[in-house]
Amino acid sequence: MSLIVDIEKKLSGFTLRMSFEAGDETLALLGASGCGKSMTLRCVAGVERPDRGRIVLNGRTLFDSEKRVNLPPQQRRVGLMFQNYALFPQMTVYQNVRCGARRHLKGAAREEAVRQALDAFGVGSLAGRLPGQLSGGQQQRVALARMLVGEPDILLMDEPFSALDSHLRFRMEQEVHDAIRRFGKTVLLVSHSRDEVYRMADSVAIVNNGRVERIGALKDVFADPGTRAGCVLTGCKNISAISPLENGQVWAEDWGVPLALPLRPGADAVGIRMHDVRPGQGPNTLRCRAAEVIENPFSVTVMLRPVEAPASAAPIGWEMEKPMWQALQAEELTVHLPPEAILQLKG
Amino acid sequence: MDLYPLWNSLRIAGVSTVIIFFAGIFAAYYIAKAPRLVKGVLDVFLTLPLVLPPTVVGFLLLRVLGPRRVIGAFFLEHFNLRLTMTWWSAIFATTVVIFPLMYRTCRGAFEGFDATLSASAQTLGLSNTYIFWRIRMPYCRPGILAGTVLAFARALGEYGATSMIAGYTPGRTATISTTVYQLWRTNDDGLAFRWVLVNVAISFVVLLAVNLLERREKRAGRR
Repeated sequence: MSLIVDIEKKLSGFTLRMSFEAGDETLALLGASGCGKSMTLRCVAGVERPDRGRIVLNGRTLFDSEKRVNLPPQQRRVGLMFQNYALFPQMTVYQNVRCGARRHLKGAAREEAVRQALDAFGVGSLAGRLPGQLSGGQQQRVALARMLVGEPDILLMDEPFSALDSHLRFRMEQEVHDAIRRFGKTVLLVSHSRDEVYRMADSVAIVNNGRVERIGALKDVFADPGTRAGCVLTGCKNISAISPLENGQVWAEDWGVPLALPLRPGADAVGIRMHDVRPGQGPNTLRCRAAEVIENPFSVTVMLRPVEAPASAAPIGWEMEKPMWQALQAEELTVHLPPEAILQLKG
Repeated sequence: MDLYPLWNSLRIAGVSTVIIFFAGIFAAYYIAKAPRLVKGVLDVFLTLPLVLPPTVVGFLLLRVLGPRRVIGAFFLEHFNLRLTMTWWSAIFATTVVIFPLMYRTCRGAFEGFDATLSASAQTLGLSNTYIFWRIRMPYCRPGILAGTVLAFARALGEYGATSMIAGYTPGRTATISTTVYQLWRTNDDGLAFRWVLVNVAISFVVLLAVNLLERREKRAGRR
């Protein structure tokens, strides 16, 4: 069971060229806003039409420009969820969910399925309410019930949590995650939040400028995002362009320091996560001054400026637990950047 | 007081409102979806009667519907039917003049429609007809209602184009607005004033209805 997407569509500003496959798993499309990830989802759903290419779901061709196949969304059997949930405002919760069951069920069986779906998501007692009378979390449960009661072959979720307050978001994430596990088939999750993706997805595709830059198992991609965009999207904030030095080391141009690392061919930038900077002596030891100390709720970020670097150089962020900073606090700090923690990047 | 002008005004406004109800929705729905260039051109063309003086609309209508003009001559010759100077001639005038009001408000309503609703509905397997009548129309109902009522009110008060194409014949083509003008011209201010009051009363009720509708819809939408 799988989804194959290989499409092209001209958009204002750039051309979407998406090519990827997904099995019975949750694949996250991680990208900045406007990178084309939502458009890709809409193309799979059939509410937007690619210029060319093909989309195949479990062996069924949904779209193929060469064979002139373009199934209407009504026949694709996809479940689509938007960040605003798109509940029909003039219909009650019950009527909304019943809309999802119209395709394949009739009469008593339909009413029974609707009841079950409402109860499965704990919104049975809200059946007579209008969507506008519900909280964000309740709306999302209704949207889940409406989407799943139709027994779709795939779920497409477009930023499903971005309309929720952060305290609700965490809980709904778990509920949606449970629903996805019970669903057991392919799920495409569009998101710009690395935390959300990390907690929910099995695989991740880094999308930038309308292309998949890197796709792979979640942990592999986070450990080695491969490109600058991927590095930023997976939450790495220290990035520097590099150029090779004669002694085999590389020069980190933005940071103004030399680094020793086994350079991969093609890499033209490096990154290091703020958690991965290590205190004390080691490979790539840097004597630094704390240019700025930023206090977060549960951690401290120290902006390090290597003593040897020119004044124009970019600082390197170092994030640590609060007690560690309390013990350390000093004007001048010695840290090192372990080569295995340094991400090598292209583009 | 002969109430014929009241009855005549109401039926003219009523018939033209029914016509533009469907024509306005139809035009708005398709133009809202049209490509940009087509949209721009059609929009200007369809909105023109809103800004043209009614006498200009009347003049243009006479140029096509008059007994010696293209369409007018055709009907006179084949059906022995004069398109001007009858009570229903005024319907041509009011329909053209109020069409932009309906079209504009409906288009605004359709463009304000949340496209994710129809996208979701389609993926749920709902037919496009079902989506139009059960999701899009209810969503756009406040705008459509407001447009209809406004159009009716405007049709009721149409004077310029109506007087040119239907004239003023007491008991035949007289409407409230043409009657007021005629009475004033013949120094019958007393009777003219009574018709003015009738007109103000009707308009007052109509606008009140619009406001009440809008308030109710807003309350229903917010919750």
